Amino acid sequence: MIIRALLALLMFSAGVGGASGPAAAAKEIFSIGYLQREGDPAYAPHRAYTGLVLRDRAPALHGAKTALRESRILGRSIGVKFDLRKEKLKESDDLISRIEDLIEEETKVFLLDLPLEEVVQAAHAFTGTDVILFNIRHGADELRGPDCSSSLFHTAPSDAMLMDALAQHLFERNWKDVLVLEGEEARDSVVSTAFQAAAKKFGLTIVDVRSFVLSNDPRARDETNIALLTGGAEHDVIFLADSLGEFGRYVPYQTYDPRPVVGSEGLVSSAWHWTWERHGAPQLNQRFDRIAKRRMKDSDYAAWAAVKSVVEAIVRSESRNVEELRDYITSEAFTLDTYKGAPGSFRRWNNQLRQPLLLHTHNAVVARAPLEGFLHQTNNLDTLGRDQPESACRFE
Amino acid sequence: MHVIDTEAQEVIKDILVDTRPRRFALTPDETELWVSAELAGVVNIIGLPALEIIDDIAFLPTGFRKEQVTPVDVLITRDGTRAYVALGRANHVAVVDVESREILDYVLVGKRAWGLALTHDESKLYVANGLSDDISIIDTESLKVITSIPVGMVPYGILIDDH
Repeated sequence: MIIRALLALLMFSAGVGGASGPAAAAKEIFSIGYLQREGDPAYAPHRAYTGLVLRDRAPALHGAKTALRESRILGRSIGVKFDLRKEKLKESDDLISRIEDLIEEETKVFLLDLPLEEVVQAAHAFTGTDVILFNIRHGADELRGPDCSSSLFHTAPSDAMLMDALAQHLFERNWKDVLVLEGEEARDSVVSTAFQAAAKKFGLTIVDVRSFVLSNDPRARDETNIALLTGGAEHDVIFLADSLGEFGRYVPYQTYDPRPVVGSEGLVSSAWHWTWERHGAPQLNQRFDRIAKRRMKDSDYAAWAAVKSVVEAIVRSESRNVEELRDYITSEAFTLDTYKGAPGSFRRWNNQLRQPLLLHTHNAVVARAPLEGFLHQTNNLDTLGRDQPESACRFE
Repeated sequence: MHVIDTEAQEVIKDILVDTRPRRFALTPDETELWVSAELAGVVNIIGLPALEIIDDIAFLPTGFRKEQVTPVDVLITRDGTRAYVALGRANHVAVVDVESREILDYVLVGKRAWGLALTHDESKLYVANGLSDDISIIDTESLKVITSIPVGMVPYGILIDDH
């Protein structure tokens, strides 16, 4: 009788049909909330000079949808149907009371596609309660440090992780003298500070930090002219912190010396890139593309990883209780298939997802961090970002 | 893992195995199905015909961390006594006694061992090493590597035509 049955192993469990058969079992619905805010500045139209649109404004919802689709069969095997509940808050809506309403309606896991202040606000309001919040967007190190919360998990990499990845690559290439160019935005200074900390950690030298301005005022030439900005300092590589991207796109090939540009242009550090082709990544990219009709990016990956983490916890712990799920997610037993060659898990000291990071140009992945040779006493992924001893996060 | 009734063409059971299932091998008496789980670093053993997981074998060669153990290919000998498991990033092949499920030995091979193949007389085991671009040939009696042969880039699987 066994011979009659064909045993089919599916190497990648997603994307397979066949709803008949064991689907007969009664299905329980587990709902995951996806919260957005109307008028969120991150999604506001942003035009560069001459009307070009530089910033990709597609929300990460499709990443969550891809993960949900991949989880159908896992859900079937335990009799659970996973559901995504999308909520777009109006500008006048109160975030906390809205989340409380949703908790009443039995949605207790949320992906926060919200501005930083609102993520902080929600994290503080729900600390120690039976709710799991995912930060799928912000790299801010404060969220993993002084502003951390036992209810808030981060699938987006921290700024420290992203900058450590870049610093490892510069060190490995022996490009150790770095000239830093920094814009006027608050975010530029945050990124620049994170890079300078990473440079110190991995033994790079910052030869100078120079500010640029986005202006055509001839009197500000020292801060607008790229050749003048990059001359007169011996350096191997330029680190650029430009969150708007309008100035930065002109920096490569306009420098005084022939030096590569990294950071906001040139070689960029990310959680995901659509050209990554190892560790099953093409399959994930294809599944995403089928749903979203576009290329998968960082924030999509973070949303995908959040949903996958919850599903994994539910399937393995056989629990629907949020407190038990949270315990499982931060336990040794938890493993997330990151599609980046190393199993993902959450750091117990700040709820940050450990994951390899990709260093890429606009159309190729150049390296995967942690780079070979960067070792850690327990998990090499912890060479990226704040390790336990230096973490400022204290739960409760 | 899904069990499909080939006549009815229907999935008759879903069996939850560990993270990223890769290959499987059936014991000759068809009482056990061994499934490798690449990211969990284990082999799940499914009892037949009950179709339930009855045991797991976790691998950890000396000097490696759990996350480096990524089993892919699994082979069981024709007499059903011994199993070979390629451990991927742990650069070893595990030799397992099928009946007792005890790990007899870890054989050091090249980098990222994936594909396995036995010669027809089962005296030699060939191992494809994806990151060192070579194959290792193991004497299955002494469990020593006899030689390594450089091949093309990123070897993945092996087929031996010696019948």
